[in-house]
Amino acid sequence: MSSEYESTDYFSMQTDPLSWPSVNESSGAGLAGQYQLSNLRAIETESIHIIREVAAEFERPVLLFSGGKDSVVMLRLAQKAFWPGRIPFPVMHIDTGHNFPEVLAFRDRMVSELGANLVVASVQESIDSGRSVDEGGPDPSRNRLQTRTLLDAIAEYKFDAVFGGARRDEEKARAKERVYSFRDDFGQWDPKNQRPELWSLYNGRHRAGEHIRVFPLSDWTELDIWQYVGEEGLELPSIYFSHRREVFRRDGMLISVGPFVNARGEEEIIETSVRYRTVGDMTCTGAVESSAVSVDEIILEVAASRLTERGATRADDRVSEAAMEDRKREGYF
Amino acid sequence: MELLRFATAGSVDDGKSTLIGRLLYDSKAIFEDQLEAVERVSSQRGDEYTDLALLTDGLRAEREQGITIDVAYRYFATPARKFIIADTPGHIQYTRNMVTGNSTADLTIVLVDARLGIVEQTRRHAFLASLLRVPHLLVCVNKMDLVDYDQGVFDAIREEFTTFASRLEVADMTFIPISALKGDNVVQRSANMPWYEGASLLHHLEQVYIASDRNLIDPRFPVQWVVRPQASNLPDYRGYAGRIEGGVFRPGDEVMVLPSGLTTTVAGIDTFDGPLDEAFASMSVTLRLSDDIDISRGDMICRPHNRPTVGQDLDAMVCWMTDRPIQVGDFLALKHSTRWVRAVVRDIHYRLDVNTLHRDETATTLGLNDVGRVSLRVTQPLFYDSYRRNRQTGSFILATEDNNVTAGAGMLHGPD
Repeated sequence: MSSEYESTDYFSMQTDPLSWPSVNESSGAGLAGQYQLSNLRAIETESIHIIREVAAEFERPVLLFSGGKDSVVMLRLAQKAFWPGRIPFPVMHIDTGHNFPEVLAFRDRMVSELGANLVVASVQESIDSGRSVDEGGPDPSRNRLQTRTLLDAIAEYKFDAVFGGARRDEEKARAKERVYSFRDDFGQWDPKNQRPELWSLYNGRHRAGEHIRVFPLSDWTELDIWQYVGEEGLELPSIYFSHRREVFRRDGMLISVGPFVNARGEEEIIETSVRYRTVGDMTCTGAVESSAVSVDEIILEVAASRLTERGATRADDRVSEAAMEDRKREGYF
Repeated sequence: MELLRFATAGSVDDGKSTLIGRLLYDSKAIFEDQLEAVERVSSQRGDEYTDLALLTDGLRAEREQGITIDVAYRYFATPARKFIIADTPGHIQYTRNMVTGNSTADLTIVLVDARLGIVEQTRRHAFLASLLRVPHLLVCVNKMDLVDYDQGVFDAIREEFTTFASRLEVADMTFIPISALKGDNVVQRSANMPWYEGASLLHHLEQVYIASDRNLIDPRFPVQWVVRPQASNLPDYRGYAGRIEGGVFRPGDEVMVLPSGLTTTVAGIDTFDGPLDEAFASMSVTLRLSDDIDISRGDMICRPHNRPTVGQDLDAMVCWMTDRPIQVGDFLALKHSTRWVRAVVRDIHYRLDVNTLHRDETATTLGLNDVGRVSLRVTQPLFYDSYRRNRQTGSFILATEDNNVTAGAGMLHGPD
């Protein structure tokens, strides 16, 4: 562990003797340069602070884990927050039944290695019990159905704080969401009536039946996530890295051929080298053509990309300009 | 790479969106799909030019009404630094939003229209930045292209602003003449203003020295969480997790725990990544202490000869953020560092006009977006510093007890 620590850029030295005025002489300006965190360590320390606040102030927190890169980072941060103790809350997966098999296997391994409790809430069960109805038409997506399953699980287990891995750089409705995002007793988000969030004094007060969604990765960017994955040596599902796959082009995205979706009409199936920038439902998550097989190569690709990760690969965001906002209002992640 | 947080405030007219759009675009933080979406909506609305405000105005109501409702956070990076912009609207709820955006900012950008000079909004922005003690104020005199890049215009604005700002407590103030639309002095130094010898805006953001802005003198460690693994391999482990909110801690340091007043020494500073020889303000760590002392969340670890103020009677500047006004006798929930207490309003000394800085001592209430000096009494002692000395241990929020909304933000006075 300590050697891994040495390799990170924890004490980013400010060696450049700039002549900017030092503001507060009484604060020990002469020493200050060596007491400056790098960007990654600064956002890490803030995320850990948030996770500990939630554990301390809520009765039943839960961490949403999709197996995607953001939730892998969030899980590592939770591990760091309570180390050498265990993560004091369960991990929950909203299982659409349309998952990439590689991701499910990865999820089970991660959770057992951490010794965490896993709660699986199943969209299929919601459908079977009549709580949800599959969207009609060819290749129905279960993206939106996750909301009902999520809200039912929150009610069933009486979760009062739900950690999500959403980032503000992902999508413009998310850019305005708080770190602690209040949900009423219908699970709804009211973007026009959010609590102001000052300093790092978070207000998680709520009444029974209401809950707070907590986004500890709010200030992380896609590039930050990848750099952190690299620095921490985090393992990710294999679909994030370049592999050969049968795909077809739909709405400008490469969709994988699989049990829940298939090419139709003039859509031509090709086999090519692809990787995924996000992990969602197999029906709505597109791949990008890529030869990147390592984190370093992906970092280069992300830095050079001219498309956002959701813009490039998520059909669920393409429904309208406000697709994310509308789903969030209903209680989506 | 370091992180710099900055706040901007302003209305559509002063070129703020253009400036942010340019910073994002020139640093390649705007992606093609985002730009295409903005162009599409702009042309649907019949705008004459692509409205870059649409990049930040993400909510349906904002796009339909052409207004900014709330603080939006934007991200970009250069090889030198990562930047987080807290972008706040200039008109609607300006005080509430500016106070929010400035509370975490290292730097605030105040935009001045070169043709109009210092206006009421300029003074308001500067005052709120100084109230929140943002360490660096950057005054951008924008639209220099519309005044023929005239040095005289820039100098006059700088002089007037400096005179006004002498009434405020602004630690570091910098002036840059720019044209956000034309790109003068935004990323590159402009050939149109050879008389200006300072840095471009982006260069200033990359280089401004922020390492000494935090308090590295007064050791403060509010306990967040007690780590007790109770595992077979760590039967007796007991650590105190939290974020250092001031100063530096090292193993061997003699420390005092409040409220008990007991003293002990730091046995070790633990992290997942290994033990540390020292840890400083802003770091989340776990402290182990040499003696078995009863410590719980909300306690404060400090030094025996450098302690925060311990008290139940608070004197603070409060910004009120909800519709229902406060008055003497109101009960509220108050969060300071890692503890919630109840508070009662004992006195409202004055309401401050954020445009003129006039103190209205006849005021008996504070309404939405008002700022005033308030005395509070709390149910348990808090361990605090003055806000001017420490922005973390000197701040608190107030919430209403019935519907739990965050209703106020407070900055504590106290011995410096």
